[in-house]
Amino acid sequence: MSSVIQTEHLTRRFGDLTALDQISLTVEQGEVFGLLGPNGAGKTTLVRLLNGMLAISGGSARVLGYDPASQGDQLRRHTGVLTETPSLYEQLSARENLIFFGTLYGVPEGDLSRRVDEVLDLFGLRERTANKAGEFSKGMKQRLALARTLVHEPELLFFDEPTAALDPEASRQVTDLIASLSRERGRTIFLCTHNLDEAQRLCDRVAVINRGKLLAVGTPAQLARDQFQGTWVEIALRTAPDGRLVTALQALPEVIQVSLDDQKLAVQINHDDVIPAVVVQVVELGGQIMRVNPREHSLEEIYFKVQEEAKA
Amino acid sequence: MNWRAVSAIARKDLYEVRHNRMVWMPMIVLPVVLCLILPLVLLLTAQAAGQDSPDALLDPDIARMMANLPQSMKAELEGLNGNQQMIVLMLGYLFAPLFLILPIMTASTIGTNSFVGEKERKTIEALLYTPATDRELFVGKMLAAILPALVITWLSFILYTLILNVVGTPIMGRIWFPTPAWYPLILWVTPAVAGMGVLGAVIVSARAGTFMEAYQTTGVLVVPLLLLVFGQVFGVITLSVELALVVGLVVWLVDWALLWASQRLFSRYRLFESGRL
Ligand SMILES: Nc1ncnc2c1ncn2[C@@H]1O[C@H](COP(=O)(O)OP(=O)(O)O)[C@@H](O)[C@H]1O
Ligand SMILES: [Mg+2]
Repeated sequence: MSSVIQTEHLTRRFGDLTALDQISLTVEQGEVFGLLGPNGAGKTTLVRLLNGMLAISGGSARVLGYDPASQGDQLRRHTGVLTETPSLYEQLSARENLIFFGTLYGVPEGDLSRRVDEVLDLFGLRERTANKAGEFSKGMKQRLALARTLVHEPELLFFDEPTAALDPEASRQVTDLIASLSRERGRTIFLCTHNLDEAQRLCDRVAVINRGKLLAVGTPAQLARDQFQGTWVEIALRTAPDGRLVTALQALPEVIQVSLDDQKLAVQINHDDVIPAVVVQVVELGGQIMRVNPREHSLEEIYFKVQEEAKA
Repeated sequence: MNWRAVSAIARKDLYEVRHNRMVWMPMIVLPVVLCLILPLVLLLTAQAAGQDSPDALLDPDIARMMANLPQSMKAELEGLNGNQQMIVLMLGYLFAPLFLILPIMTASTIGTNSFVGEKERKTIEALLYTPATDRELFVGKMLAAILPALVITWLSFILYTLILNVVGTPIMGRIWFPTPAWYPLILWVTPAVAGMGVLGAVIVSARAGTFMEAYQTTGVLVVPLLLLVFGQVFGVITLSVELALVVGLVVWLVDWALLWASQRLFSRYRLFESGRL
């Protein structure tokens, strides 16, 4: 696997404000990489730096092998960016918008029309191609803006808060579309969001930033391991067990703690490998097991834990 | 320079102008008033007044101008009756600087719409994310403003010439327009002035947040042209081939300086740093 994006100590200042502070990260080919952070964290600024839209104050970046600061024009032939606002020409029809951008992105004249039809189809806009973009609903505008990012078949896509302004239905639709795009081989997606459900659903790896600082980066599972000691396993029993069970479980190696709430047993363990031993012990002591559920930490829990720790 | 991109940008900007009444209306109204209505009113009044009416000369502005005429012009007016003198003075001389207001207004209106308008309508960000270079964007937008400014100015001039000769010949007794000084004025000065209009718009747009704000500021560009208008009225200057050549040269030099300044202003880095996107 080769890195599509690589930054080292990437920094951007606006006067006294350090919008991005020594960000070092890599994004690999084919992954969906989520950049999570609250408003003002520096997400949009990072997308701009990575596309050569803003000068770098310090550090370095490499995107698809180009230096965005000096080779932005070449680099942008290979990236597609969905900006926070749809940024469409409202007087132009859906089709005209795509033709215009396709031309600027250098799609050959002979392929342009076919290519535009393809993306219009892909985003379910075929019936509305002749309508002015200004007449579209927010969700349709967002789909048209997504179509625009794909018209030149870029290798690397940036989506900046793609669902922030949408109602739940439109938002769901856009998330589904992004999920289907990510399954196409080789395409890399860099997704900025503060919608943690969306990130949970779409991202292979995430980075958490706040006030320009990178707080954590990794797969959700890695982050959970780093942030939370051990995993919790919930065991639902048919009847409430007696106290001996708790003591016996606590005596097992790799078990950190045990708590009992009526028929519900919660066991914190160092590693998933101990789950069978725990189950055997429960059964031996007469526990009738209904269910065993390892409790996974949601991205939301991880996110808030990371943010919390940064504050402390 | 990728001309396919440049022409796509120019065509897109023109399309937007055609669909924005606030932008194209003044560009139609001014030429109609200037090239059609005003000369017609003057010519028809003169015709109605009869052959030797000296009424026009009673107008204080015209009388003052008459008194200050340089020798060359006095010779030109020699042997003409009052009506004919009035027509030559008004339509042949006083109207000339107004033909500079046409290109400057058209170019600055379109320029403002295309530079600030994109910020205001929040379309510029996606445009800047394309691989089009700063220079291609700049040139495309310049062309979208300068070409229509010249087309409007030159069509207006043709219309003006037709009216002056078709309606004016019975009074003048011959085809007298355009006089030699109009050729450098139209061919040499108006393109320079159109350039000044759009470059001024770029500079104003860098600071302004809305179209109206910028539109009002670019109005300042008309001030030096008004100096030409009043300069003629008060007899300080008179249109001549030499004057047109000199004014044109000055405006081209101003353009050159503005081009240098505005190209630095219109860059991605600056636009995104200004934080108004
Ligand atoms: N052009 C700019 N000029 C000054 N400050 C800016 C500019 N762009 C962004 N900032 C500041 O940088 C910080 C990060 O902004 P941004 O990248 O837009 O955050 P996010 O996209 O995560 O909400 C904010 O404090 C913002 O005000
Ligand atoms: Mg943002």
